[in-house]
Amino acid sequence: MIIQRLLSHDLPRSRWLAAALMATVLLLALAPLLFPGAKSMGVAAKMLVFILLVVSYDLLLGYTGIVSFAHTMFFGIGAYGVAIASTRMGEGWLAVATGSTLALLASLLLSLLIGLFSLRVKAIFFAMITLAVAAAFQTLASQLSDFTGGEDGLSFRNPLWLSPSFRLFDAPVLGVHIDGRLLAYYLLFGVVALAFLLLLRIVNSPFGRVLQAIRENDFRAEAIGYRTVVYRTLSNVLAALFATLAGVLLALWLRYTGPDTTLSFEIMLDILLIVVIGGMGTMYGAVLGSVLFVLAQNYLQDLLALGAGAFVGVPVLGAVVSPDRWLLWLGVLFVLSVYHFPTGIVGRLRTLAAAQPDEADKADKADKAGR
Amino acid sequence: MKSATVRSSAAAAAAVPKAHVDVRPIMLLVALMVLGLLLVGSPSTWLTLTVAGLAMGFIIFIIASGLTLIFGLMDVLNFGHGVFIALGAFVATSVLGGMAGWTTSPSVLLNLLAVFSAMVVAMVVAGGVGWAFERVIVRPVYGLHLKQILITMGGMIVGEELIKVIWGPLQIPLPPPEALRGSFFIGDAAIEKFRLLAVAVGLLVFLVMMWVLSRTKVGLLVRAGVQDREMVEALGYRVRRLFVGVFVTGSALAGLGGVLWGLYQQSVTPQIGAQVNVLIFIVIIIGGLGSTGGCFIGALLVGVLANYTGFLAPKVALFSNIALMVAILLWRPQGLYPVTSR
Amino acid sequence: MNLLTLAGVHTHIGAYHILHGVDLEVPEGAVTVLLGRNGAGKTTTLCTVMGLWAASKGTVRFAGEAIERQPVPEIARRGIAYVPENMGIFSDLTVQENMLLAARGARHADQLDRARLQWIFDLFPALQKFWLYPAGKLSGGQKQMLSVARALCEPRRLILIDEPSKGLAPSIVNNLVQALRELKAQRTTILLVEQNFRMARLLGDHVAVMDHGRVVHTGTMAALAADAELQQRLLGLSMGLSTGLSMNAHA
Repeated sequence: MIIQRLLSHDLPRSRWLAAALMATVLLLALAPLLFPGAKSMGVAAKMLVFILLVVSYDLLLGYTGIVSFAHTMFFGIGAYGVAIASTRMGEGWLAVATGSTLALLASLLLSLLIGLFSLRVKAIFFAMITLAVAAAFQTLASQLSDFTGGEDGLSFRNPLWLSPSFRLFDAPVLGVHIDGRLLAYYLLFGVVALAFLLLLRIVNSPFGRVLQAIRENDFRAEAIGYRTVVYRTLSNVLAALFATLAGVLLALWLRYTGPDTTLSFEIMLDILLIVVIGGMGTMYGAVLGSVLFVLAQNYLQDLLALGAGAFVGVPVLGAVVSPDRWLLWLGVLFVLSVYHFPTGIVGRLRTLAAAQPDEADKADKADKAGR
Repeated sequence: MKSATVRSSAAAAAAVPKAHVDVRPIMLLVALMVLGLLLVGSPSTWLTLTVAGLAMGFIIFIIASGLTLIFGLMDVLNFGHGVFIALGAFVATSVLGGMAGWTTSPSVLLNLLAVFSAMVVAMVVAGGVGWAFERVIVRPVYGLHLKQILITMGGMIVGEELIKVIWGPLQIPLPPPEALRGSFFIGDAAIEKFRLLAVAVGLLVFLVMMWVLSRTKVGLLVRAGVQDREMVEALGYRVRRLFVGVFVTGSALAGLGGVLWGLYQQSVTPQIGAQVNVLIFIVIIIGGLGSTGGCFIGALLVGVLANYTGFLAPKVALFSNIALMVAILLWRPQGLYPVTSR
Repeated sequence: MNLLTLAGVHTHIGAYHILHGVDLEVPEGAVTVLLGRNGAGKTTTLCTVMGLWAASKGTVRFAGEAIERQPVPEIARRGIAYVPENMGIFSDLTVQENMLLAARGARHADQLDRARLQWIFDLFPALQKFWLYPAGKLSGGQKQMLSVARALCEPRRLILIDEPSKGLAPSIVNNLVQALRELKAQRTTILLVEQNFRMARLLGDHVAVMDHGRVVHTGTMAALAADAELQQRLLGLSMGLSTGLSMNAHA
């Protein structure tokens, strides 16, 4: 079947998951029609960017077993690339192309360096070094204000077709105006969709399988003959490149880049939370997790505010259920996930599906017939 | 006859040359200070900066020493160590806030007692939380490095949020008490009083730690365990229990460091833990994972360098730490004083 | 009476199945030598007894009590000392500190048993000479001496020793033999893995031969030493005629 080949034979393997994913795809695809408000479009766009950002991190953590804290650095490089180019060269497609290319090159070099220098050492060493490098980069970005706009960041204009004031047709189509925002949104959607399918293809290829072998037992993999440093570095580079791409998309959407939008440690923690709770090493976990996370980040607070209303005046309890402290609950969920649900939501759904043998058997037979 | 034998054995041993202490890292620190003097120019400014740097270095050492021992002994890296720092700092705000009578008094003694009380309370609280942290978060993931990194990070997130629950998410000022503000003057050099206190406390902690490590059986167990935990167990010692003790001590020390750091910066935010985290990781990598001596020199190097670059080229301050780390790793890939058989 | 008994012990290290049902009896107060080719599982057997590797099946009984599920420190506290093949010396600690560690009853060096210490110094003079020296600076042979000395500094019921004579000069091997003989005289039980046949013959009362993770022969050392054909069959080399020759590595 076409769907199978599109998804590189890596199916959801759970009805609930498949349903959730289809709903996600549909809602995101039709967001400008269904939720045309500025806030909801912003949420949808953020979902798309995060999907790409977290899925690329899953390649690194879930499939290769590497913890890196430098992911947001590459995210930032992509965003700053576009921002700096558009500011200095004047806005337009040339600036975007130049900025993106230079950003991708910079990420390539940096991730290669980091990989070759640090991947020979123990995982803990590597994690610490990436932490330090990312922190240094963040400081650098806020310090070199002439170049990067410092703490205030850089605002810039998009190429004509992506500018909010641009109209492709004067009359609305299907009830919405085809303006720059819409085009920008569908650019994000298209790129993220393609990138996701590409990543799915990568992790289901022989290369991906070697990564997983390395994750399980790198001694064994080395003994069999795979140069683990090479594979790890490649994984590092790929993850960095896709993160840079996500940064480019974010910059194009926000028409602004600053240290807070991409480089902050909070974002790195968010990525970690999503990938673990969603399900490491599943790709779909990152998708589902990102969607749920961004939703929660924007709408759960309202929900919690209702609950907090009941506890107004109660000293500690009131603060604990305060909407600002939703991260606390997420953190608890994260810790629980690492212990009890190492395969995350997606893993759980798949286990439940497998527990119903008839469905799973049918699906399996269909898979095999389709191959 | 027996005591004579022992005496003669000691005498015989004295005739054998003792192993020399590797002084090159210490010389590196001295060289840095000399370089600083040359670049800064004015000796009084240099003195101010150097004392500030040493103070900062001692505080970092207090915080990082626990972490490096925990890692050396049990192969656990607590990415959430920062939460104890933050806890200590915030506890200090509460304690000192509650002792306003003593902190606003001009009496040095009362001021010192107030600060001392804050330190004690912070250490007890941080140590207690550390005990819970080890039981609940760390114990299930011994030996599983990936999960350790993730889960201790998670612990830090939860801890930071709980701190915000108790103390609020905003910055809280933490000025030193009345009599400890301001500076001494040695000639032209202004030396902040509080920083001297930090140096004194840090030195005390260092000396006590060194004494415990080298003169007590417990310290001996820790040093041996850092080298070869299994052999220590095979000799009949319950290293797991020892580890809990080291973890709690390390957390308490982080709390103490948090108090000093908060007073040094004169304000406290919930992110203080994550910020200092990066710094202490750099320090323990520089020093050599598991080495207290290396951690000490590394911390002083980082503190002094940060203050020199802060004066000479502020824009590259944090970068300079990374550069220092890279330079040292190129010289000694395992850190300044690598622990043998690691 | 058997101080130590292994029954049907299997040990897996990761995915590798090393011990395939070891049955072994170690009589009290005597020296039992564990022989076998490289890779037969001798070291793994010692490690399993000590608890460093968990037995996946079977029982290990010490003085009648099952210890196969006990943690390492508890096993050591029953009076079992272990001298590993890699010596297990703490290189950054001095010789004195190494010995102090081994003496569970002593908190300071002054509390070490003087008489016992003197006995150890008589056996291994180098330890006295380098008493305050970091153990890492000792020569290989001296480290081995220290490793054995650690097992001697307090009385133990059972000592597990893994190839103590490896790489040692013959004169030092003599000291070692003497030390172990004196231990035996004190009714300490010894389970010795040794490839140096001369030493094995001098010390061993009982012998167990291992191959492919199983014990394939048990009996007295005297019986094995007298039977050249048996030696050839079990070990691929005769022990009796060529004194001082160690076994060549097979496979």
